[in-house]
Amino acid sequence: MANRLIALLVVAGLAAMLLPLVIGFTFHEDTPALGAEYIERSETDLGAANAVTAVVVTYRGLDTLGEVTVLFAATAGVGFVITRRRRTPEFAVREGRSVGAHAGIESTEASSLAGQGPSEILRTASRFLAPVLFLFGAYIFVHGHLTPGGGFQGGVVIASAVVLGIFGAPDRQLAHGTMTTIESLSGASYVVLGILGLVLAAGFLDPTFLPAGSFGALASAGAIPIIYSVVGIKVGTELAGVVDRLRSQEQD
Amino acid sequence: MQLIPAIGALLIVIGAWGMLTQRNMLKMVIGFSIIDTGVHVMIVALGYVTGGVAPILDGEAPVGAPFVDPVPSALVLTAIVIGLAVTALMLTYVVRLARTKGTLEVSEYKEMKW
Repeated sequence: MANRLIALLVVAGLAAMLLPLVIGFTFHEDTPALGAEYIERSETDLGAANAVTAVVVTYRGLDTLGEVTVLFAATAGVGFVITRRRRTPEFAVREGRSVGAHAGIESTEASSLAGQGPSEILRTASRFLAPVLFLFGAYIFVHGHLTPGGGFQGGVVIASAVVLGIFGAPDRQLAHGTMTTIESLSGASYVVLGILGLVLAAGFLDPTFLPAGSFGALASAGAIPIIYSVVGIKVGTELAGVVDRLRSQEQD
Repeated sequence: MQLIPAIGALLIVIGAWGMLTQRNMLKMVIGFSIIDTGVHVMIVALGYVTGGVAPILDGEAPVGAPFVDPVPSALVLTAIVIGLAVTALMLTYVVRLARTKGTLEVSEYKEMKW
């Protein structure tokens, strides 16, 4: 009861802090100066139709690199917590399973644990939908500078395609080596593209070292589509890896 | 006073209440997720311009309509993915703890009390 009272006090304090913000809240009547500047420059300087993408990739590109780093750290944390457990034999013994079966054929183990496995509908639908989702995810991040979308959204769509594939075929293992390679390569090329901007253009992550192209075309806005595609691939493989690691935790 | 930031603040308060009062670790993670969503709603509301349209210059926007501020939208866009990754990390800890001790009750984990 005392705990509840303390919680109530803390929440009431939080609400009291938020109250002035909510009461005095008014929407802007006109675009704030910084945002208006970004919108104007994303058209004239970069040739990117989507101003949000211009902000994410270029004007706040360093922040985005930081966000991708946080994402990587969180994913590495998930992997660290889980693989450490899988490699420790005594846990498997404690759960009444021999170390040999633990290290051996994981696929049969998984299907017996999952009960009867996925239904015909789920298997067929995932086989049909997963490639379409991959394509759609790629479309979203390649067109990030033209339409609402970009690397983060497209990456999440790609990760959801992988999750659907996992649901449809729980026995199949993802190619971890390939995934890690793709992830590292895309992460490294993000930084390399940033440094290219530093060398060939005005500064780190400046995409204008490639021609701006004709406004609204797919191959326009300098290196923005390339940078955002790299981010999309990285986010997609990383999130798919998280789900896959959580699944392998479930298996043993 | 506007409805959308009020909803955001309400979500933050609900999530904080859930995190503080729930003893089940999974529910505490859900509380965090609700706070996260409330913060996103609030930041997006900060960037809204009355009668504004999405800042995409593809010629589809009505003439004369102001664009909304792209900066908060860009921040929330990345924050959503970060929130997802952090939630996954927290859930991993929960799974690991539950496997070790066999319970989701946070009060059972007395080693973490001071």
